[in-house]
Amino acid sequence: MKISRLAISDEGFVFDPETGNSYTVNETGLFILQKLKEGLSPTAIVEAILEEYEVSPEEAERDVEEFLEGLRRFGLWRESHD
Amino acid sequence: MKKLYQKPSILKLHVGFMREKKSAARTLIRSEIDGIPVKTLVEKFGSPLFVFSEKRLRERFRYLKRLFESHYPRVEFSWSYKTNYLDAICRIFHQEGATAEVVSDFEYEKARRLGIPGEKIVFNGPYKPLEILERAVSEGARINADSLDEVLDLENLARKMGRRLKIGLRVNMDTGIYPRWDRFGFNLENGEVMQVARRIAAGGLLEVVGLHCHQGTFILEPGAYGQAAEKLVRLAGELENRFGWQIEYLDLGGGFPSRNRLKGIYLPPEVAVPSLAEYIEAIGRAMLSGLPPGNYPLLIMETGRALVDEAGFLLTTVRATKRLPDGRRAYILDAGVNLLFTAFWYHLKVEMEREIPGPPEPCVLYGPLCMNIDVVEESALLPPLPRNTHLILSPVGAYNVTQWMQFITYRPRVILITEDGRAEVIREAENLEDIVRKERVPEHLR
Ligand SMILES: Cc1ncc(COP(=O)(O)O)c(C=O)c1O
Repeated sequence: MKISRLAISDEGFVFDPETGNSYTVNETGLFILQKLKEGLSPTAIVEAILEEYEVSPEEAERDVEEFLEGLRRFGLWRESHD
Repeated sequence: MKKLYQKPSILKLHVGFMREKKSAARTLIRSEIDGIPVKTLVEKFGSPLFVFSEKRLRERFRYLKRLFESHYPRVEFSWSYKTNYLDAICRIFHQEGATAEVVSDFEYEKARRLGIPGEKIVFNGPYKPLEILERAVSEGARINADSLDEVLDLENLARKMGRRLKIGLRVNMDTGIYPRWDRFGFNLENGEVMQVARRIAAGGLLEVVGLHCHQGTFILEPGAYGQAAEKLVRLAGELENRFGWQIEYLDLGGGFPSRNRLKGIYLPPEVAVPSLAEYIEAIGRAMLSGLPPGNYPLLIMETGRALVDEAGFLLTTVRATKRLPDGRRAYILDAGVNLLFTAFWYHLKVEMEREIPGPPEPCVLYGPLCMNIDVVEESALLPPLPRNTHLILSPVGAYNVTQWMQFITYRPRVILITEDGRAEVIREAENLEDIVRKERVPEHLR
């Protein structure tokens, strides 16, 4: 999957070697990317956020979905159906 | 205590913010070529100006030759004329020992005019007009047949000359790369080669002594050459066994990449383009492991771009500066896609003749044509360039001074910087007379 190819720095700088595009993510964005890279599913990521941050489950779920939609739009992530 | 939550966000960065400004600019300076200042070259010979380095040409050829010689005992380089057929360039390669690879009447005649004897010419190409084919056959050129019709032409010539002719067959095959060039020659996997071989053997007028496979150009997969070599060696063995022919040469065509940046590949060529040594090792290994010991057919290489591309530069000058409606800076250069056919496929390297102060910003480089497609580079990162700044575009040695077109403006001079550092004109700039000389005006229009 594409995510594993991305170069992600601790400061939230993301580089896609395939297209040459760069992105910047904030702390929570970085958190989600790292979890995706570790192979966590979207549901597991929501749970991880709830454990780490002060946020309601509804809000976390919606935000993760929206963030993933952003990744999809940039061609950085695709949901696997296996 | 849990951490303070912030909604996740991702923002795309634009190239201008990305790089450390000073270092980006510093790597983009080329003030001289082989010891002659770019500024002097432009003052003396004009702009735009193609510049070739004899030193680079010879060094590259010798490097490639040495590499091959350490992996296979019998190698011949056949200079691919279409890649660059300026007399001076061809002469340099011929002096270094290359034969000539031609694909048309024009190229055949040009090689002969340079004193290359027929037997030192490899004749490829999908259409060899009968007249030139007959001349090439009678002068002993190596002919690689591309189609059954051409085989029939050759049989007719054999009848006419009253002797059996030796020919080569051009073969296309699957070597694991995409796109596959399957329109040239006879296909291996579907048995077409064998079928045509049977047909040739039955005719008794021709004898197959060579096999040729040109897979494509700018091939980034060294293993594809290993596969091609392996398959040709196997095919040669089969043809020898079944028809009693002796395969004298295997020709692996061209296709090695130069250090250029193909569009769509972001990584710089230093990373994306494998070293030539990898290609040659793959070929050598496949040849030596597939051939019976002591039987070494001649290996012919028609390497074009990898030999000449990086020896060529185009000097050009900023003639006007613009701001586009979307805010980007744009420059109008005196060289466009009329001179830079390869700009359609590659991001050429853009260098400045001197350091120019100011933060680099994304900009577009346009040529001088009044056509929307005349874009030399859609996104260069350059400091604000004053009018009359000279830029150096590279590598441009392959396919540009052959595929350039006389369109809207004149084609410029081409110079060669010799090994001892002199600048010599090897092609004069065009003028009006050159262009109108071939025109004829009917009586009623005078
Ligand atoms: C038959 C043949 N040989 C050699 C070449 C030279 O190829 P390259 O410049 O990729 O080495 C070409 C280029 O199209 C070719 O068609």
